[in-house]
Amino acid sequence: MRNLIDIMELSVEELQELIDRAMDIIANPEKYAHVCAGKKLATLFFEPSTRTRLSFEAAMYELGGHVLGFSEAQSSSASKGESVSDTVRVVGCYADIIAMRHPKEGAPLVASRKAGIPVINAGDGGHNHPTQTLADLLTIYREKGRLTDMTIGVCGDLKFGRTVHSLVSAMSRYPGVRFVMISPEELKIPKYILTDVLDPKGIEYEEVTSLEGAMPKLDILYMTRVQRERFFNEADYVRLKDSYILTPDKLKTAKNDLCILHPLPRVNEISVAVDDDPRACYFKQALNGKYMRMALILKLLEVDV
Amino acid sequence: MIIGQIKDGIVLDHITAGRGMYIYDILGLGKLDCTVAMIKNAESTKLGKKDIIKVGQVIDLDFDVLGYIDPGITVNIIRDGKRQKRQTLKLPERVVGIIKCKNPRCITSVEQELTQEFKLVNPEKKLYRCIYCESAAPKIES
Repeated sequence: MRNLIDIMELSVEELQELIDRAMDIIANPEKYAHVCAGKKLATLFFEPSTRTRLSFEAAMYELGGHVLGFSEAQSSSASKGESVSDTVRVVGCYADIIAMRHPKEGAPLVASRKAGIPVINAGDGGHNHPTQTLADLLTIYREKGRLTDMTIGVCGDLKFGRTVHSLVSAMSRYPGVRFVMISPEELKIPKYILTDVLDPKGIEYEEVTSLEGAMPKLDILYMTRVQRERFFNEADYVRLKDSYILTPDKLKTAKNDLCILHPLPRVNEISVAVDDDPRACYFKQALNGKYMRMALILKLLEVDV
Repeated sequence: MIIGQIKDGIVLDHITAGRGMYIYDILGLGKLDCTVAMIKNAESTKLGKKDIIKVGQVIDLDFDVLGYIDPGITVNIIRDGKRQKRQTLKLPERVVGIIKCKNPRCITSVEQELTQEFKLVNPEKKLYRCIYCESAAPKIES
């Protein structure tokens, strides 16, 4: 039985298989409308989320399946002190597959060892968010027609930004990919990602503090939000939250075929005025996330189509 | 200083100087009824200084624990006053239930019945990471 806890559990071939499946779903939605009939997805969200949970639910409905679950820890037995292991053992009696978000890092791994059904990590604290990376990869693939030979700028909170960690790890396996890490000093990408992921493969990267300086060389710009919930200290959050704001003015030096991504939700790090720029791909990215989650559910449930 | 020879027992040799007491505690040697000798800062041609532990009975040792704490240790099993077996150690792939993850965001910080488990990710740097949150293992005390 397979789970998806970390994006690196999927080989490059499996990622391509998911992308191909998603492309087929986009082209032939009717073919998939009933393939999960009688199957149930449990969405266990111990931390608030709108788009990821709704994306999973929409994905399962579009496959003809059903959804049950909760959207915050307060409405689950976790509020009574129940462990993750006990919760998923019970849920494993009712559902066929679990999508779990939890504020503590490693909680979905714990779940996968006890649930008895496939578990998908829908975000664990500041650690991993593999299905967001699936959305990112499909968007890059659809916009660029490839996943190789490009310069990817990641900007904002690179320290706690789990989507950035997963994206950098995943894209590091494709040839010709370079990274520009753009962040304030306090929110630099964790050193282990550089030393354990990029350095051993000899991948080019640079760490800079200026978004404007990096802009002309980028093929992909991945913006992130400085997340209040990742800070223990409110004063640090307030000081750093407006570090990088993308405006039409800053895009003047960007390539014409730049692809601007953002895992959403945004606060103010991308000006609304950028939304009408054809290079803004973040709402397409949300849609692509649903297709990739559909493809993933089919793979983990081993549904033949 | 003369420490008597062991008839049946174990000698842990080439312990990094200063780490002997830590190993004594981790292995729970204080609970044994037999003779146990801890020698600090013994002269060593290989290390300059080393610690040695002699245990006056053959006990089950967790070689993974020892390998993690101090992979340079040599374990000698003594039977009838003679060395029956000499074993060198290596870094274990997994370290289970010895060290605790210090990341306050890790699931183990709130669900304390979970087994603490670390995996070896970089043998050259002797780097272990928590299997749950991937935080680096805390440094070993000396």
